[in-house]
Amino acid sequence: MKILKIEGDRAIVSAGRVERRIGINFLNNPRIGDYVMVHAGFAIEKLDPKRAEETLRILEEIQ
Amino acid sequence: MKYIDEFRDNKIAKNLAHAVSKKAEGLRPLSIMEVCGTHTMSICNFGIKDMLPANINLISGPGCPVCVTPKSYIDKAMAFSKKPEVILTTFGDMARVPGSDSSLMEEKAKGRHVRIVYSALDAIELAQKNPGKKVIFLGIGFETTSPTVAASLVYARKKKLKNFFVFSGHKVILPAMEALVKDGDVKIDGFLCPAHVSTIIGIKPYTLIAGKYKIPCVIAGFEPVDILQGIWMVLEQIRSKRPKVENQYTRVAKDSGNKKALALINEVFSVKDSEWRGIGTIRESGLFLNRKYSGFDAERVFSIKPVKTRPDTGCICGSILKGLKAPFDCPSFAKTCTPEKPKGACMVSSEGTCAAYYKHRI
Repeated sequence: MKILKIEGDRAIVSAGRVERRIGINFLNNPRIGDYVMVHAGFAIEKLDPKRAEETLRILEEIQ
Repeated sequence: MKYIDEFRDNKIAKNLAHAVSKKAEGLRPLSIMEVCGTHTMSICNFGIKDMLPANINLISGPGCPVCVTPKSYIDKAMAFSKKPEVILTTFGDMARVPGSDSSLMEEKAKGRHVRIVYSALDAIELAQKNPGKKVIFLGIGFETTSPTVAASLVYARKKKLKNFFVFSGHKVILPAMEALVKDGDVKIDGFLCPAHVSTIIGIKPYTLIAGKYKIPCVIAGFEPVDILQGIWMVLEQIRSKRPKVENQYTRVAKDSGNKKALALINEVFSVKDSEWRGIGTIRESGLFLNRKYSGFDAERVFSIKPVKTRPDTGCICGSILKGLKAPFDCPSFAKTCTPEKPKGACMVSSEGTCAAYYKHRI
């Protein structure tokens, strides 16, 4: 889900039209626009676009 | 980058399935255990088993939190729910698991205060809105969930909440994996390690399995491409005879885990022996509220009469959780045990092996 708004250790996140208020206590430097993985009302980690692209590149090499 | 579409791409998945078949060629029959219930759901949902060669067998592990929670826990929760001053809060799946006499959902139907919540934070909110009531939250889950409950307890302590309590049934995944390997009843040639538990705990705990027991461990994401790549990585390790811990899910799980979440677990919980459904008591596998948080511990605060738990009959959930049997080995499966009227926990939770097999008619 994508962070829309940050209020202390809580944030409003969205996926499509769904919005939720979640805890962001576990995140380092959360920013608006970050994609986060959410579990039981908390962001457990930010998604790393560079790492995702790297994985997709490795996949191309697997034959 | 959409993070989901790419990892469900048909072309990439087909290419990987082909690569897995090539990698498995000439190898003896191998069993790879997907530890986590979310992996089981995804494997069933995307038909991964049909994409694998005949010598690669996927077996489901003990990573469905609701499923491994023993019946005695549910019976105790039931006893808490009968106290008139209590509002019992729980994740949805837990409410439908049959205890010795009934389920929490059935108790709710009888008028007991049982509420389904999405997060421990919802339970806190409920406690704040109902100062005359005592809100107990059923803390169930592995290291992905326990830090969320820990964060809620830290908040409750800070706000000096006097009517919020946790009944902790939290578990630690690694001791269960080691117990299965040591037990030796089921031969495991490789582990697909849970994506989100690993996001919290990192790669280090699994070095015990790869180092001491020489079993490949690959942390894999939950999308079909993740799972296929994870299987390919396990096979590569088996071929090279170099068991180690690898991380396929680097876009989310860091090798070091999430230090803030781990610190929260350490702040609130202490590790003790814990009972697992079907497996028995595993040393140092449960998380219980430590002394600092004992005022929030439902087990310490509320006295209940000793509960006599009746053993399961006609349910092989225990053997399924250990990977010894598959759902279709059970005479009750899809006959007298269905998601609408489950006999055992594995059919209740959507992450349960029986529920996943039932839904996708595997």
